[in-house]
Formats: sequence, structure tokens, C-alpha cells
Amino acid sequence: MSGTTDPGVADPAAPAAPPRSNGELVFEEPWESRAFGVAVALHDARVVDFETFRAHLIDEIAAWEAEHRPSAAGYRYYERWLAALERTLLEAGLVDAPRVEAARTALEHEWSHDHDHDH
Amino acid sequence: MTRDHRHGPDDELALRAAALEAVLVEKGLLSTDQIDAIVERYERDLGPQNGARVVARAWVDPAYRDRLRADATAAIAELGFGGFEGATMVALENTPDVHNVVVCTLCSCYPWPVLGLPPTWYKSPAYRARVVAEPRSVLREFGIELPAEARIRVWDSTSEVRYLVVPQRPAGTEGMGEEALAGLVTRDSMIGTGLARSPGA
Repeated sequence: MSGTTDPGVADPAAPAAPPRSNGELVFEEPWESRAFGVAVALHDARVVDFETFRAHLIDEIAAWEAEHRPSAAGYRYYERWLAALERTLLEAGLVDAPRVEAARTALEHEWSHDHDHDH
Repeated sequence: MTRDHRHGPDDELALRAAALEAVLVEKGLLSTDQIDAIVERYERDLGPQNGARVVARAWVDPAYRDRLRADATAAIAELGFGGFEGATMVALENTPDVHNVVVCTLCSCYPWPVLGLPPTWYKSPAYRARVVAEPRSVLREFGIELPAEARIRVWDSTSEVRYLVVPQRPAGTEGMGEEALAGLVTRDSMIGTGLARSPGA
């Protein structure tokens, strides 16, 4: 019950979720948790300064907001997060674009292969 | 861990995230286990139940409340919470005269150790813009109708400071134990977009 409501702010169906002992989903999709985990792990491992990442995150959010009204649909925080993470890593030279693209292509192939087996 | 390869509109984003992770792991900068451990911690261990314990302690223990006022980071650490995104904490006490509400206008900074990761609405452009411009009507949408004379203070978490709102203790809770009281402290009440629940409500 993550309750993303667009025009307003609160989800009337979920007024004040009680403190969870466990349970409430904090990520809507599995990839969001990976993007989150990578950024925090890089900080923990002192590979990336989180403030550098945060500055990129602020930029990415501002860029979206410059082109949309606050009430516009389609804003996804972890999409901004992922873009900021990519920029941080590319600019720091920790990854390079061709290698990331190659990994993406390989994964795409692998995933569609998995998919074929599902059917 | 098992990966979810459902195919859907998020495929491209999922591929980009997985590609970054794969390269970082290949280069030995991170391990999958490290990432798994972080995700698990944020999904399971950190959450508003931690902040609720801080609030309940402040309600029942005046000496603790004083320490929370004086140095929230240290007082929160007494209960075992602290660390990343909670290294400089400030507690904001709601009173009949002042209602505090927290936002991060630039991104979505949030006190992770005591509240976990923020809900979707906290991150939304609408909340971030509107709670500053028209806090009273935003609070009304959350179901809070404040007396006209109550002042609303909006706190923007732009610097390194992270805020925890201490909601007012509900009436009719005299004699309740700390643990039962913690059960009345909602996540939203610690952001300022809610009130603590009344017993039996």
C-alpha cells in the first residue's frame, strides 16, 4: 500500500501507517532496491562520497521539475536516483560507458533467454 | 538472492541498474553480498518503529526528554539508533501552540535510522513544493485540522541536519507503559503530517 496519489499528497486510504515491525514495502520494484543498495554500499565502502552523489540527485530532481508541474504524473524518485548514480560513477571514472553498455546488452540477452524458458 | 526478471515497463530501468551493479562487482568495487545486506537492513531493520521508541521514551521520562532537547543525536543513540543519514539529529516537539512538519525541498533527505526510508508521498514534487507554500492545507489533506492559533513551522532538511518530530502525547494515555505508547506513534506523526493515535482509536 504505497499509495502514490498524484494530485494531492496524502493517500486517504492510508492515513498514518503505523510503525511497522516489518512489512511495509519501501521499494516499489526490485531494481529500485538494487539502485539504492549500490549507492549506499559505495558510500559504506568509501568508494563514493555520498555528498557528490546527493548533489547529482538534487540536479536530476531539479531537471525533472524544471520540465514538469509538481502535480504532473510520472515522477519516480528512484529513476532520478539511478540517473544520479550513473552520472556519479561515470564522472568519477569508476565505470565507463562502453563497459556498462556491454553489461546491459548481456543482461538483456540473458533475461530474454530466461523469459523464453518461462513459456 | 533470487532476481525478479518480470518483464514490464520497468525493464529498461532494471537493466540499467543491473548493468551498473554487474560492472561494479566485476571490478571488485562492491560485492553482491554487500548490496544484499544493505537492502535487507533497510527493508527489515530500519523503520518508524525506532523513532516511535524515542518518542515514547520522551513522553514517559522527563530526563530523557531534556536530553533529547539538548542533544537529540546522543539521546537517540542511547536507544541504539544512529548512523548514516541520522548523524546530526534535531528533535522538534509539537505543542498546543506549535506544530512542526518536515520536508526536504531539494531531494528527499529523511532520518533513515529512526524512520527508515521515506514514503512515496514524502518524495513527491507535490508534497515538497506545497508543504512549504501552503502547509495548513496540506496538513488538512492529511486529516489534521489545527486550531487557527497554532503556528505551523516547516523544517527543510537541506543541510546535514535530520529532524524527528515529537508529536503531542494523546489524552487518555496516563498510566500507559512505554511500549504501548510507542504503538500510538505513527510514522506520519514523526514527520508532522499526522498526530499520534488515541488509545483505542
